[in-house]
Amino acid sequence: MSFDVETVRKDFPILSREVHGVPLVYLDSANSAQKPQVVIDAEADLYANHYANTARAVHTLGSEVTTAYEAARDKVAGFLNAPSRDEVIFTRNITEALNLLAYSFGNATWFPGAEKFRIGPGDEIVVTEMEHHSNLVPWQLLAQRTGATFRWIPIDDEGRLVDSAIDEVITERTRLVSFVYQSNALGTINPVQRIVARANAVGAYTIVDAAQAAPHLPLDVQALGADFVAFTGHKLYGPSGVGVLWGRYELLADLPPFLGGGEMIETVAMEGSTFAAPPSRFEAGTPMIAQAVALGTAVDYVTNLGITNIREHEKALTGYALEGLRGIPGVRIVGPRDNVDRGATISFTLAGVHPHDVAQLLDERGIAVRAGHHCARPVCVRYGVPATTRASFGVYTTLDEVDQLVQGVESVRRTFG
Amino acid sequence: MSAPIDSMYQQIILDHYKNPSHHGLLDDFDAEVHHVNPTCGDEVTLRLKVKDGEITDLGWDGEGCSISQASTSVMSDLVVGKPVADALAVQQRFLELMQSRGQGELTDRDEEQLDDAVAFEGVSKYPARVKCALLGWMAMKSAVAEAGWADTEEVAG
Repeated sequence: MSFDVETVRKDFPILSREVHGVPLVYLDSANSAQKPQVVIDAEADLYANHYANTARAVHTLGSEVTTAYEAARDKVAGFLNAPSRDEVIFTRNITEALNLLAYSFGNATWFPGAEKFRIGPGDEIVVTEMEHHSNLVPWQLLAQRTGATFRWIPIDDEGRLVDSAIDEVITERTRLVSFVYQSNALGTINPVQRIVARANAVGAYTIVDAAQAAPHLPLDVQALGADFVAFTGHKLYGPSGVGVLWGRYELLADLPPFLGGGEMIETVAMEGSTFAAPPSRFEAGTPMIAQAVALGTAVDYVTNLGITNIREHEKALTGYALEGLRGIPGVRIVGPRDNVDRGATISFTLAGVHPHDVAQLLDERGIAVRAGHHCARPVCVRYGVPATTRASFGVYTTLDEVDQLVQGVESVRRTFG
Repeated sequence: MSAPIDSMYQQIILDHYKNPSHHGLLDDFDAEVHHVNPTCGDEVTLRLKVKDGEITDLGWDGEGCSISQASTSVMSDLVVGKPVADALAVQQRFLELMQSRGQGELTDRDEEQLDDAVAFEGVSKYPARVKCALLGWMAMKSAVAEAGWADTEEVAG
């Protein structure tokens, strides 16, 4: 299927609205993407025509909902090229997926049969300096709970991991490496297989944070080779409130539970309980049923557009935007300056103007960008800036919108000049 | 092209941002406070001197968005040389204006009392930016308290 951005735009009702009397230019998809009508309809249809609880009810509606919920799991499994549908766990978002892992690894300290996941003093947990807070704080907390050492792979001036540090930081002491596929703050695409190979060589578990990668890059868990991969639905044109954790079945089967509650058990007695097999083992309580179903629709939508087509479209936008922004005096790109191994997310600063002022003035022209530390404060500290302005693109972004961004930033410069 | 006419970026704000008043810390002071706005990362350190119930001098240093820095500059111009009670009254009126969600109505007396600070009226329509505009004002109020002049009744009496 060929990719035509004007056709794609018609799928997104919000793109026809105005902001401050001018057409909306939405360049904040890395924060949260807009929703196509099919996703909005899928959620509404479930509530209007099928709604009941999943997995618990024997009546017709319950059966329809359970079928729809499990069909969404199949779609996600296909999207990830997962060997088994039972390796797909629905979570609230990627933050919950990563916390699920961090707490389950922590629970291994006492959970019977989970010795292989135990982490303690002398062990090391490794992340990178470019992590957003949700792939940083859970591991800091795990290190504090277990007495393990928290370490990170540094980044260079261009916003890339220091390659030689990968082998220096990941050592025989490393038990777990959790890292981002595509940086939300810098746009950098990391060498996943290189890091996984190093971690495998020292026997460490690997976790890939694919929150930013999922909407832009092929996400084949078998090709990536990691033990766990997580992403969130709302950045993938799906609803807010649902995310996904994928893990190797043999690991999920032995990993201690995170949340306790209904549907995650095998038998419950007052003296103690036993637990269900994955994925139920990690889906305690009534899940986000409508959101999961609509995420399945979003996955279909992205698959139909073609992730390779999306990547090509966004690569062209990124190259064009980098060129335009670099041409403005006082603009500094924070992250890779060239359009190589980088995604459709561009952070920048404008000399003498705070990012919040840039974002506010762009908003007056209908242009939505993010300003701040992007929940990745250490990245800002690394580059000596309090915050950055970030423009990020999606399937519906046009070259004309990039022009408007560049003109807008130039106008901000003159306002403050 | 300059900002649109309804922009929150009034020329007065841009002027104060580029040439802030009372910028720089005092060597001789009665109180020092440091306030931050975690959303924007705005920061201000403020020192002031109070003598016989009057703010005789104030100096500040900070970094952040134009709204936070210009507002601190405007505040400094308004309170230096004023009795503490008057300074806190202006602070209170500015606070109300910022919390008005764009519905605040300025009287002639307000315009006289707030002077350049009326330029921030537009900011009250943007909930995310109200904290920026209030940063220096809240710092001044804290510094006055720190210097032992918090009780406006007593000062006014």
